[in-house]
Amino acid sequence: MDQRSHIYGVMGEFETAHQLIKAAEKVRDAGYKHMDAYAPFPVEGLSEALGLKRNWVPWITLLGGLGGGLTGFGFQYWVNVISYPLNIGGRSLNSWPAFIPVTFELTILGASTFAVFGMLALNQLPRPHHPVFNVPRFARASSDRFFLCIEATDPKFSVAEATRFLEGLKAEHVTEVQDEED
Amino acid sequence: MSAGNTPLDSPQIKRLPRVLEPGHSYATVTAKISDIVLTRPTTLAWFTGFAIAFTFLGILTIAIGWLIIKGVGIWGINVPIGWGFAIVNFVWWIGIGHAGTLISAILFLLNQKWRTSINRFAEAMTLFAVACAGIFPLIHTGRPWMAFYMFPYPSTMGVWPQFRSPLIWDVFAVSTYGTVSALFWFVGLIPDLATLRDRATSRPIQVIYGLLAMGWRGSARHWHRYQTAYLLLAGLATPLVLSVHTVVSFDFSVAIVPGWHTTIFPPYFVAGAIYSGFAMVLTIAIPLRKAYNLEDFITMRHLENMAKVMLATGLIVAYGYFFEFFLSLYSGNKFDVFLVQQRLHGPYAPYYYALIICNILTPQLLWIRRVRTNVAILFLMSLVVNVGMWLERFVIVVISLTRDFVPSAWGRYQPTVWDWATFLGTMGLFTTLIFLFVRVLPAISIAEMRELVAHSSEEHD
Repeated sequence: MDQRSHIYGVMGEFETAHQLIKAAEKVRDAGYKHMDAYAPFPVEGLSEALGLKRNWVPWITLLGGLGGGLTGFGFQYWVNVISYPLNIGGRSLNSWPAFIPVTFELTILGASTFAVFGMLALNQLPRPHHPVFNVPRFARASSDRFFLCIEATDPKFSVAEATRFLEGLKAEHVTEVQDEED
Repeated sequence: MSAGNTPLDSPQIKRLPRVLEPGHSYATVTAKISDIVLTRPTTLAWFTGFAIAFTFLGILTIAIGWLIIKGVGIWGINVPIGWGFAIVNFVWWIGIGHAGTLISAILFLLNQKWRTSINRFAEAMTLFAVACAGIFPLIHTGRPWMAFYMFPYPSTMGVWPQFRSPLIWDVFAVSTYGTVSALFWFVGLIPDLATLRDRATSRPIQVIYGLLAMGWRGSARHWHRYQTAYLLLAGLATPLVLSVHTVVSFDFSVAIVPGWHTTIFPPYFVAGAIYSGFAMVLTIAIPLRKAYNLEDFITMRHLENMAKVMLATGLIVAYGYFFEFFLSLYSGNKFDVFLVQQRLHGPYAPYYYALIICNILTPQLLWIRRVRTNVAILFLMSLVVNVGMWLERFVIVVISLTRDFVPSAWGRYQPTVWDWATFLGTMGLFTTLIFLFVRVLPAISIAEMRELVAHSSEEHD
């Protein structure tokens, strides 16, 4: 942890999603905690292999939906009952069934925007620069190759050990990932 | 009919055409789709099509410009028919938009694999159709620069929009729909933008796609959250898409005008929207797969499935027509009965019969397998349904308004050249955007196609 190295981690390349999952499981079982896998599409079972826990996106979405809905209804109530009440033949000011469509739309709007921007924020995107992009072969992570990176922040990390371990998992092109902040 | 009981490996299922032709790997799907954008030279056909579309967009600009100078008097609207082409076209366009969300959200939740290669451009189509639709209510106000009155803002007058009016519900429904469709589309695009960034060879193009991809690197942690967000968006878009055309139908059905004031309107409008939307998806998909040789990805299975959805929603629409007709007669309300007579024998009867032919009779040919698998006929059929659905809105708007309660208030409606120019102009806007879209963005979701490759290779293992 106190390593102030120029190394972000060690990365290995795999040809199939299946190999990546197997490798991720082995790396996890070997006791590494700080690692990440990179795939050109969402690979089924990879989250479990990496031991990823539940995420916060659903809760953020719920929050957005509740916020949107309450704002929508509350605002219409305030407009029609408090700010500018109009007595039209004694009809009730809080005519709530008529407020449902807008409340519904704002619920969806709040939930959707929170889902998207919450997801991006948790993923710490936008972030156009990242050490993994320093590996030239990594360009194929968005096309047809699968990568696994053991990160230098892992307490168990050492370049030689991680390289040997990944090579033992039949990873191709095992390389050090340079940190750009050196 | 016993699809639920058929085992998945039965010969019946195997006989279906594939959703992806065999022999594709991650690399080939990636290359084939991204090369359309990155390396394939822009063809003369593209430029010709774009030029025609752009000309019509120019016509739209002129039509709207003249409208702003002169006012809505240049249109054919008059006193009984305050809602003319603007509303007909608004409902037509917004209806077309519905298929995109249906394909991307509802078929996603139902785990229909065949949605994969058509969802991207169907979503794009949704966005562009909503953009075209949005123009009409805006310019129909007569003073489009005052359109912000529709939104609740703290004005010095102290008044607020009428939240009990379907027209204000419409503002919220359509703007939410536009926003959520755009988000859904963009979220789906992020991994593909990263692919384009990594495959681009020139620096400026890398930078542009790089900015749009926001540094997506395909991290498993990111995919984990991404998939959750995508699933939630699909779940949210599903009730949304149903609500939007419901609210649009409220614009009519909340009014007491004969022919509008029926409870069948919301479901029948939603079915009609999906019907016309699938017709438009076919209208775009058929030339697109031909022009870019995408027959491997947009297979006959897709076209046939879309034809089946069209047939099914067309039957719901037919049911709607029948019940509209029946309930008017059954109600015994003389204005409603009179309206039915006007549809059958009135001055606009030819439009009603044309609508029945386009929307109910012609699509029955889709029961025949040979028709569903004939690309040329399917294309023509999609155009017929597009015309039919436009006629439907024309019939609903114009016949009811020209023949309401008091004969002294009756009238006629004749669209002017400016009505047509505006309508054709929005088609120009739509096709211009479609042309630009297929040129600069992947028209098929590459990441999802790779998933499809992964699934089909697993099946062979």
